[in-house]
Amino acid sequence: MSLQFRLASRNLFHDRLRFIATIIGIIFSIVLVTVQMGLYVGFRLMVTTMIDHAPAELWIMPVGTKCFEDPSLLDERQRFRALAVPGVAEATPLVIGYAQWRLPQGTTTPVFVVGSELRGLGLHPWNVVEGRLDDLSVPGAVAIDQTYFERLGITGVEQAAELRDRKVQVMAVTKGIRSFTTTPYVFTDVERARSFTGIAPNKASYLLVKLAPGADLWTVQQAVRANLADVEVLTAAEFASRSRSFWLFGTGAGAALFAGALLGLIVGTVIVAQTLYSSTKDHINEFATLRAIGSTSRYIYTVIIWQALLSAIVGFAGAAAIGKIVAAATAESALPVIMTPLLTVALFVLTLTMCIGSAIAAIVKVMRIDPTLVFSR
Amino acid sequence: MTEIVLEATDLVHHLGQGAGRVQALKGVSLALKGGELVLLMGPSGSGKTTLLSILGCLMTPDAGTVKVGGQAVAALDAEALAKLRRERIGFIFQSYHLFPTLNAEDNVRLALDVRGERARAAKLAAREVLATVGLGHKRKSLPRELSGGEQQRVAIARAIVGKAQVILADEPTGALDTANGQAVMALLADIAKDPARAVLVVTHDPRILPFASRVIHIEDGRIVSEESGGESMKKVSNA
Ligand SMILES: Nc1ncnc2c1ncn2[C@@H]1O[C@H](COP(=O)(O)OP(=O)(O)O)[C@@H](O)[C@H]1O
Ligand SMILES: [Mg+2]
Repeated sequence: MSLQFRLASRNLFHDRLRFIATIIGIIFSIVLVTVQMGLYVGFRLMVTTMIDHAPAELWIMPVGTKCFEDPSLLDERQRFRALAVPGVAEATPLVIGYAQWRLPQGTTTPVFVVGSELRGLGLHPWNVVEGRLDDLSVPGAVAIDQTYFERLGITGVEQAAELRDRKVQVMAVTKGIRSFTTTPYVFTDVERARSFTGIAPNKASYLLVKLAPGADLWTVQQAVRANLADVEVLTAAEFASRSRSFWLFGTGAGAALFAGALLGLIVGTVIVAQTLYSSTKDHINEFATLRAIGSTSRYIYTVIIWQALLSAIVGFAGAAAIGKIVAAATAESALPVIMTPLLTVALFVLTLTMCIGSAIAAIVKVMRIDPTLVFSR
Repeated sequence: MTEIVLEATDLVHHLGQGAGRVQALKGVSLALKGGELVLLMGPSGSGKTTLLSILGCLMTPDAGTVKVGGQAVAALDAEALAKLRRERIGFIFQSYHLFPTLNAEDNVRLALDVRGERARAAKLAAREVLATVGLGHKRKSLPRELSGGEQQRVAIARAIVGKAQVILADEPTGALDTANGQAVMALLADIAKDPARAVLVVTHDPRILPFASRVIHIEDGRIVSEESGGESMKKVSNA
């Protein structure tokens, strides 16, 4: 073990209280950053859930659509023009919109209706745990997620409620289809969705396009664009990315998360800088002695950097443990904190950077050290 | 003939600022030869520590020159001065300045570690020197587990482990009782027997005189007299 490392660790552990304060500071800071960034990652995934689960390769949408939840409509007759484009195998309408759900006991709550063709290309509910997808063809049939049972006044399949004064019956129940907006999703057939949301029969929110085998995505996208007026044609990836930018940056949600993370970093840096600085001040006689016996400045900086790195490693271990607990605790929530391996690595690098950055004040302090200090008592 | 290992010429130095500014050294010249134990004596405030700081290349004088091993140090920057110190100069302080969290062996090894010497060789050298100062059995002890005399002997071991040519000691026995003071001085005298090495000890402890080959008296920033250790002894006993 190098003497510099030994000096650093002894300096660090020598003053237990200060060490604990440093570690708590780092943990607090990094947990804050972890939660904010974990939320960011979770939010990123949540806002594209519907797009990611739709089997469409191309999305045809009204010009200016910002995200999946955008209420603007297009003319369903465009569908036939799309089908005429070589390379398009299927083009089906998707209808989305808000509606009022009336619970059996009479109160109402808003829901988000997703209607698509039940046979063929459609955005169908996944993770069905009760009932069957096929049963959605029954008149008035809808699918909901079990998360929202209480909110919707439902305890299982075959129970009834009302949507926009029309009787509906829950015929399938899913698990884990949650909305970050916390408005429950209600899946149903496209015609029924129109009646629930009051959308005219010749209107749709999107046209989902599936390509013929072997067709080139880009070529077909260009051709559909050329053949259809007043619409935008995006690949699934493009639409997901547009949705993400809208929710994360158009709404300021992403900026808020980053601001929170930045705040955490600033707090952490200040705490670590402060404790490292005061530790360096307390050991200033030792550093002066090192300098007097001829150590290079680098030798001394290395001791301080080791102190910073050791704090970072211990602090990160604590923060990562707490981060794991938070991730587990929020996994089932509408907005889970998601810890990916990449995020974990990035947070570790961030912790190291923060701690080394914090060492600057201490290093400046020893840079100015007067080695003749050794002669004073 | 023994070589001059340290030479200072016409040193002038000021300390403090404004009204508190004092001329601590007013033209001091001295030379140390290998094999010498030289005592620097003088009243408090006479400039002994200032002189030692300059001779030890911890401070650059306002005027005058210092040569270590024949090399003038005036043009050297802070890092080059540090290099000179770790290679040629050993310090011993009144308050020992051991590292409280390192054991005796590591404290001694530090002087070699800052020179980038390999840990294994440095450990062996540290053990050997600790044995020389009579602390072979305490190499694993922390400073707080050692007596003042023992701590100062560890500090001496640290100063000599790197084979420094110049050992500078500022009141090394100031905090020690007579027996321990004698032991420390005997050790320094022993070190000075090496013809390649000079030892300069700042003190106002007359008990040290028997060990000295020369005694330099400084007063108010000037060297006022110089004599051999024997002459000094006579003066003290006549007084
Ligand atoms: N940092 C300082 N600022 C101003 N004056 C100082 C400072 N250090 C020492 N002095 C003055 O310089 C003179 C020499 O001090 P010093 O070399 O410490 O003397 P000694 O070691 O012989 O007691 C004294 O008059 C002392 O008061
Ligand atoms: Mg003094």
